[in-house]
Amino acid sequence: MSEMQKFDIQLFYARVIDRAAKLGFLLLLLTFSIYMGGILTPYVPLEDLPQYWSRPASLYLEANRIQTGWGWVAELHHGDMLNFFPIAILAGVTIFGYLCLVCKLLRNREVILGMIVIFQVMVLILAASGILRTGGH
Amino acid sequence: MGKRPGNPLLASKAIILTGGLMLCLVGLTETAWGAAGAAAATAPGGATPWWVWALVLLGFSFLVGILSLLGGMGGGTLFVSIIGGFLPFHLDFVRCASLLVALCGALSAGPGLLRFGMGDLRLSLPAALMTSSGAILGAMIGLRLPTHIVQVALGFTLLGVVVLLLRARRAEYPEVKEPDALSALLGIHGIYLDRATEEEVSWKVHRTPVALLLFLLIGIMAGVFGIGAGWANVTVLNLIMGAPIKVAVGTSKLIICLTNTSAAWIYLHSGAVLLVIVVPSIIGMMLGSWAGVNILVRIAPIRLRYIVIALLLFAGIRSLLKGLGIWN
Repeated sequence: MSEMQKFDIQLFYARVIDRAAKLGFLLLLLTFSIYMGGILTPYVPLEDLPQYWSRPASLYLEANRIQTGWGWVAELHHGDMLNFFPIAILAGVTIFGYLCLVCKLLRNREVILGMIVIFQVMVLILAASGILRTGGH
Repeated sequence: MGKRPGNPLLASKAIILTGGLMLCLVGLTETAWGAAGAAAATAPGGATPWWVWALVLLGFSFLVGILSLLGGMGGGTLFVSIIGGFLPFHLDFVRCASLLVALCGALSAGPGLLRFGMGDLRLSLPAALMTSSGAILGAMIGLRLPTHIVQVALGFTLLGVVVLLLRARRAEYPEVKEPDALSALLGIHGIYLDRATEEEVSWKVHRTPVALLLFLLIGIMAGVFGIGAGWANVTVLNLIMGAPIKVAVGTSKLIICLTNTSAAWIYLHSGAVLLVIVVPSIIGMMLGSWAGVNILVRIAPIRLRYIVIALLLFAGIRSLLKGLGIWN
């Protein structure tokens, strides 16, 4: 593969993550404004947060009966939980970027690098799946 | 590795500046504690006003954003050590916020670095696979460990970073005679235009298998402490693999994108996200980075290096003593 082709793949990946990250940032600012503005009722009132933030996350979850993993998806009508959507987009930018990249690499017959990217996507999907989580100490 | 010649005058100025910064940190915290206490006395149920802490956090993050940019660090390490050391938030929430802050910073910088050829995608792919796998393991360990153990380990790590920053002499263009078999197989080499010298720099790497093992360890450490560990990535890429310093710094950002994505998902699914900590931190760090760029053009980088080192030393001692229950 020529240097030019290699650079093209790099530029392609740069474009993908740039657009996806900007979308995530904008949505985060929007949903945080909705949360702060009180447009949607939060799941945990803002005034109650200081009594939890000095303690381990597990106590916060237990006291407010918050579901871990993807449980927040069912609570998107709450102002605070809505913010998890853009956060998930930001944490998913590289997964999306790598999925686009794998097609490009395989099309250019970059089999070994393509395999590394496939393994990487599998690792990221495993992390994002919610299978691996801990209730804290 | 070798000793960098010291400059006593610069060092003393740096100590004075850092002392001032530390006093600001302590002062800000005390003011916030005072305001929180006063409000608690009047508010029904004695609730601490969340917005006071959100504003203090925004200010701290702004400061960390400036310092990390001027000190040439990603920001995660400084964020965890300063926010975790001086503000009342639990380390679970601070580590998660730090991962997301460093992720956002890396995602902002990544595309530009790729376009200028300063970050190399091929070099980042195997390294990121190792760090992201390690980060999952690290995050699971970090969330299970008792907080005081993490504090003590973080303290030692920060002191280790101080030693590394003081002693490591990074090479602008390391000499790599022959690429190793693995890097040759993966086609890891490149050319970039150094805009400072207007010269095209051709580079290749060696010792890839050893470096990949080190990246796995870096990933575990990043997951445990909720940091991007850019300083560790740069050290391995530059000193072990022999990548030019600019390529190492740029590629480190690409690696952080993957490391922090993995670890962030584990923290996210474990419920360690508090939005009033995460969002002001991201905004503060980004504003601080923009402000830092303006300061960078007016100030000598060597002084800032000493300030960051002194801050890390202070935060490391603080974390160690906090973990040991001596200074809470």
